[in-house]
Amino acid sequence: MNFSVVQSQFFPLLINGLALGFIYVLISVGYTMVYGVLRLINFANSEIFMLGTFATIIVSRTVFKFDINSQPSHGMKLLIVLLCCLLASMLTSGVVAVLVEIVAYRRLRSRGTNRLGSLISAIGTSIVLSEGVRLLTHSLPESSPRVLSKFYIFTIHGVGLRIDQFLVIISGALFFFAVDRFVKLTRIGKAIRAVSMSEENSRLMGINLNRVISITFLVGGLVTGAAAFLYETVYETTVFNVGFNLGIAAFTAAVLGGIGNLRGAFYGGLTLGLAEEFFSAVLGTQWKEVTVFVVLVLVLLVRPNGLFGEAIQQSRV
Amino acid sequence: MLNLRDKGAQLWEDWNRSKRVAFVLVMIFGVFLLPYAGDFSFTNILNTPIASYQAILVYPVGMYILMALGLNIVVGKSGLLDLGYVAFFAIGAYTAAILGTKTTLNIWEILPMGMGFAMLAGVLLGIPTLRLRGDYLAIVTLGFGEIVRIAVLNTNSIGGPNGIPGVPNPPSILGQSFDLANPAHFFWIVVVMILFVIWMVRRLSIRRPGRAWEAIRQDEDVAILMGVPTLRYKIWSFSIGAAVGGAAGVIFASQQMLVAPQTFTFNVSVLILSCVVFGGMGNIWGVVLGATILSYFPERIRFISSARQLVFGLALIITMNLRPDGLLPRKKREHLSLEEREAAKAAKAALKQAKKSNSGANK
Repeated sequence: MNFSVVQSQFFPLLINGLALGFIYVLISVGYTMVYGVLRLINFANSEIFMLGTFATIIVSRTVFKFDINSQPSHGMKLLIVLLCCLLASMLTSGVVAVLVEIVAYRRLRSRGTNRLGSLISAIGTSIVLSEGVRLLTHSLPESSPRVLSKFYIFTIHGVGLRIDQFLVIISGALFFFAVDRFVKLTRIGKAIRAVSMSEENSRLMGINLNRVISITFLVGGLVTGAAAFLYETVYETTVFNVGFNLGIAAFTAAVLGGIGNLRGAFYGGLTLGLAEEFFSAVLGTQWKEVTVFVVLVLVLLVRPNGLFGEAIQQSRV
Repeated sequence: MLNLRDKGAQLWEDWNRSKRVAFVLVMIFGVFLLPYAGDFSFTNILNTPIASYQAILVYPVGMYILMALGLNIVVGKSGLLDLGYVAFFAIGAYTAAILGTKTTLNIWEILPMGMGFAMLAGVLLGIPTLRLRGDYLAIVTLGFGEIVRIAVLNTNSIGGPNGIPGVPNPPSILGQSFDLANPAHFFWIVVVMILFVIWMVRRLSIRRPGRAWEAIRQDEDVAILMGVPTLRYKIWSFSIGAAVGGAAGVIFASQQMLVAPQTFTFNVSVLILSCVVFGGMGNIWGVVLGATILSYFPERIRFISSARQLVFGLALIITMNLRPDGLLPRKKREHLSLEEREAAKAAKAALKQAKKSNSGANK
């Protein structure tokens, strides 16, 4: 127990927590959107994330010829490199998410089977993806070349905001805002919300169910890919099972906020990111996951549907 | 789609009592002989590369069947999605390790205590969390599983990451000693436990708890309205499942003689859940079949060691797509009353008779 660290390190912890929290927010959007539509934990989402991180690394290494020794770039080139990596990561994750839906879920869904059958299929997909990458990378972690030089944007009283963390917080908020608006305002977003309320009725209303579900997976995958890119800019390393812990944490975040609810993913993700940073500062990093789950249990005891649970049907995905 | 479960049930229905008893006895005898099944030239195919076939029968095969049967009470019978079942396995194993190394109790005395501790953990976890539904319960149980593993990993007084070595073997029964050289003896103990669990589950299924679980699984709101004390029966289901997991843990610890936190990862929970769903949720024989295949198959193909898990994942996807309700799914209606069953039997016999006489008339 070391409470003084909270006082002395409050702002650095806050910034780290926010950066981690926004990564969680984006991953849990992937979980929560799929859950909202299909009532299904998409176990493969953590592998969709993992493939995004590898896509980022591959593009920066092969297309832009970055390696461990190369200098971080600046100016226009930096912008182009970052955007290309982001696009590659998003596209990879999005396409994989759509493929996962077609391969693992569609046939089971069309036969109207129980949800646990789909869950096992999802687990199978997750194993195949992570094991495939494990075989390709020989179980070794890959580090991504430093594209962005990590300088502090400003420093007040010894508290600095690093550029990569700034990037994560800003673009995380932007991506979340974009998805939120997409679901709220567009015609397709309306269809997604309709399907999440009632699959049967939305089919009767002439909604093409398979198309809407594919788009949901695509959007979830794109956002997860963005999260993968942002994760790489901050942590600069990945391994075949990188998605496992992050995926569990992000799913916890989604449940914490109330799964199936986009705003819930937002608040849940931020809460979890901050809680992890502060708790690990106080109790030591090895108890990080434990405290996170204890928080989850306590929240669920008071609000069994999460902070912003299913009671608010309108605001669901 | 071929329906193995109905074929089997039909055959069973047609037999009289003495035939059934004889069949069960022969099957049990056959199962007890399984450790020697790999000894003949024509059954060589059963032998597993790398680890010995007899050891594989104890862990993972026997252990996974036992745990899958325990989890089946929770997931299959009462429809509660538990993603942290490994926690109870871990509690049983650590009870055996701590009491076995620090006290003079032997494993047979520790076994009920391990089950008791696992049950207690199940109740303590169940009281606050079983009010939650569906996937909320899933994530909380997942969290519980992780909490137990991390807590064990970070507590140095019980070995921390190194675990506890030197867990004693059980004392011998009828002159049969239990040690690493005799995996077959452990297998027989596990088989006895499996048979006991099967018997218990079959008894419970047709009595009040089983009917309550079935009602909860089908529709919890309706069950509450019909006056089923759902929370109490959910806690029962949870703690009975936990006790089975704890028992598996005790035997596991004393057979391996070592417990370490890295054995009790989330993957084990997922694997056991896969056994249950893959074989056919709620159907005991389906669960046994699923657990046997999913635990034996990866060991059998160990020669392609690196791609083993990949093949396993592919097999899961393909099988679930071909047989979404598992290999041997449960019957759609399970609980006919005695009169209904008699009536159905009579109707079937009459139909057979009518068909016979009909075909006779046509000739």
